[in-house]
Amino acid sequence: MRYIPCSESDRKEMLASMGLDSIEQLFSGIPEDLRLQRLLDIPAALSEPELLDYFHKAAAENSSGHTSFLGAGVYRHHIPVIVDALIARSEFYTAYTPYQAEIAQGTLQAIFEFQTYMTQLTGMEVANASLYDGSTAATEAMLMAHRVTKRNRFLVARTVHPEYRAVMATYARNLGLDIELIGYLPSGRIDLSQLQAALKDTVAGVVAQSPNFFGTIEDTAAVAALAHSHGALSIVNVCEALSLGILRPPAEADIVAGEAQSLGVPMSFGGPHVGFLATRDKFVRQMPGRLVGMGKDQQGRRAFVLTLSTREQHIRREKATSNICTNQSLCALMATIYLATLGPKGLRETCEQNLQKTDYAVRQIQERTPHTVLFPAARFNEFVVQLQGSSNCIQKLMSRNIVPGLPVERYYPELASCILVCVTETTRREQIDALVEGLQ
Amino acid sequence: MSRTSSHISLNERLLFERSSPGRHAYDLPLLDTPSRPVNEIVDGALLRDDIAGMPELSEGDVVRHFTRLSTWNYHIDLGLYPLGSCTMKYNPKVNEVVARLHGFAHAHPYMPAELVQGALRIQSTLESCLAEISGMDAVTLQPAAGAHGELTGILMIRAYHESLGNPRRRVLVPDSAHGTNPASVTISGYAVEHIPSNSRGTVDLEGLRRAMSNDVAAIMITNPNTLGIFESDISAIAEIVHSHGSLVYMDGANMNAMMGITRAGDFGVDVLHINLHKTFTTPHGGGGPGSGPVAVKRILEPHLPRPVLGKKQDGSFFYDDDRPQSIGKIKAYYGHFGMHVRALCYILANGPEGLKTATEIAVLNANYIRTKLKDAYAMPFHTPTLHEVVFSDRNQAQHGVGVGDIGKRLIDYGFHPPTVSFPLIVPGAIMIEPTETESRQELDAFIEAMLAIAKEAESDPTLVKTAPHNARISRVDEAGAARKPILRWKP
Repeated sequence: MRYIPCSESDRKEMLASMGLDSIEQLFSGIPEDLRLQRLLDIPAALSEPELLDYFHKAAAENSSGHTSFLGAGVYRHHIPVIVDALIARSEFYTAYTPYQAEIAQGTLQAIFEFQTYMTQLTGMEVANASLYDGSTAATEAMLMAHRVTKRNRFLVARTVHPEYRAVMATYARNLGLDIELIGYLPSGRIDLSQLQAALKDTVAGVVAQSPNFFGTIEDTAAVAALAHSHGALSIVNVCEALSLGILRPPAEADIVAGEAQSLGVPMSFGGPHVGFLATRDKFVRQMPGRLVGMGKDQQGRRAFVLTLSTREQHIRREKATSNICTNQSLCALMATIYLATLGPKGLRETCEQNLQKTDYAVRQIQERTPHTVLFPAARFNEFVVQLQGSSNCIQKLMSRNIVPGLPVERYYPELASCILVCVTETTRREQIDALVEGLQ
Repeated sequence: MSRTSSHISLNERLLFERSSPGRHAYDLPLLDTPSRPVNEIVDGALLRDDIAGMPELSEGDVVRHFTRLSTWNYHIDLGLYPLGSCTMKYNPKVNEVVARLHGFAHAHPYMPAELVQGALRIQSTLESCLAEISGMDAVTLQPAAGAHGELTGILMIRAYHESLGNPRRRVLVPDSAHGTNPASVTISGYAVEHIPSNSRGTVDLEGLRRAMSNDVAAIMITNPNTLGIFESDISAIAEIVHSHGSLVYMDGANMNAMMGITRAGDFGVDVLHINLHKTFTTPHGGGGPGSGPVAVKRILEPHLPRPVLGKKQDGSFFYDDDRPQSIGKIKAYYGHFGMHVRALCYILANGPEGLKTATEIAVLNANYIRTKLKDAYAMPFHTPTLHEVVFSDRNQAQHGVGVGDIGKRLIDYGFHPPTVSFPLIVPGAIMIEPTETESRQELDAFIEAMLAIAKEAESDPTLVKTAPHNARISRVDEAGAARKPILRWKP
């Protein structure tokens, strides 16, 4: 096996130096009756050419020739080639967690830069070194608000990503936390009057998403003001982190958590992506996940180090703020390189193209098709289309190699025949026109 | 000494300190649709001003910056990474190539199933392989990492007990366990009860019997345990636990000691998680992403997180979300697919013989180190060990040299330190796991360095206590960094 350097003669000499004559003897600690008496029943070994062939064939079975208008939490944006060129360096991708600061300054400084970028984008004061993904980041934000407020009740907008809400529900159930859902208005935004009516002094946090699952931009300041009026924390979830390049950040919130996949991380069929969690300085000791701090070495030189780890499981065990051990370091590095490459102007221009192309697509569908674009409030790069009649246009579009969007009825039964459509800077005009034509 | 040297290490400030207004590293195609003023599309009140402090850089600036940072990292392609319980083995390059194939890297998770059969087949094949390797009946690939897998497994145990009418209250955790174990138990809504190890370093059966009651939901056991010792009483442990209607959870972090040799499903384990980033060579990435599939016996299958991967009569795959007894979702979409591709690539590259050989050589290498170091470093337990070995700093501590110092001095010799101060039941623990992908020369160089440090601890303890001496930086004032934390750059 080419990954194992131990030759037959190495093996013999090593065993001899230990006074043994077979490897079998090293397994004497495993009772005989527990030993597997056959080979594992898995496919036979493949050579490198065969491996490449196997995976090329499987990849080809995944249609990449389709024009996709899917978004819903996972976004196709252009990823500058230097992102992959840099993260493919062994020094980054084959390194361990940077516990030994003296020989991990590269990873540590890069994470510190990620943390800084996330505070700049979100308008918060401190951000962690990343979490598994947006769904678990939103969930960790909920648990954090529970620790801060010592309250158990959460008000969660129905326009928060349905899969995120499902994950929050899984965690909440076993910790005795209650979740009440808050509906949306015909505008697409959260129903603030329903929120106000539901707010009581027992509520730990209000969770809203912006842009929300329908692509609608929320008035996060108004949501935060309501939450604060009852001593609850305001948690804003951001699935489409690129939007923070142009939209006013949710600076009034107490916790901003979400998904940064859209900043340079491939969609990769759902993962790995990169969750983030940012908050105010005063809550830092209640944060989950790793944090990198800037300090000094013994000669007084600038040095970066994992810090405040008394919050974490390897020190605090069952009293830790979270059971999380890993972060998504390499994906956080992708986001950091992406942001360094685009810079503030590139981010804004990319966001503007998302807005313009989405606006064009919306207007074309409204003007040239029989279908209705729901939710008129301002949107970033997604919108919901209600298909009219017993239209079979989804099948028609699929036959033209176009995936027009995500049917949302399974998450919102009241939105039968509705699809969530996403248009980004990578969507070309002729693709939009082909979608519109197929919808006619 | 074969491995000590220094190399060029350029200073590099933060990105935020390198900005020069007007530089840029991106370009976009011209907008090809009609446009109108942005504030007609979105109310100006919803738009932000410029992002204060975000740097402007050229492409060359960005490449130089991250390339320089990269040279400050130790990494597996550079040398041995003897971290116990972390299984830092070589990450095959072909894994990286296949995970980046366009059909995988750019597939959207909501693509209709008929358009992503290739990806689903890979996930299904990986699930089958992991079930066979661990001896279990069903697998979910949804958990994002090991601790996430632990949580998933414990929640399934909870759902199982709830389905019988009583979720129970406690989970037993041996004192040698990883810190994630008790933390995952707590977040599942259970109380943790630690049970002691015996003088062999394994679970004390009498202690276990005393702790057991019908209130115990499960035991969470690591096998081989964090001392590298196979729990030889595992069948008896499972029997005691099962006799109270409780279940056995196994932390599969140490699966590298078992492939093709013994299977958790054959010694009474009901549920375990597997770290693809340990045993199955997906890269650690400087702290993630990981991937923590969970394998279960038939009795827990109804409780798997939804969706599960299903197969239709025509042989095509789909995500089955109709799972009324499921614990629910534990992560959006279906796990870290990019890691699934890499792990399957590793398994297929090895086949059944290759995986077994990997385990055999991993165990050979660890025992070779044990044999060569056991006179210089104290061994808290003399029980046979498998893929890793735990020493203590007792001999060196007499000279004022602690385990942390020994680790830091290894940096001067060109190695990453081992896991230090863990497991907690061994004061001054030095936990070494070389893996099978290290050559005899590399092991010998490491042994030589460890023996030299043992001598230095006697002859020149200050040298060891002030190490590292030829790293880019010296020890960091961690207390100072935590007292007034600086967690972001400010202008």
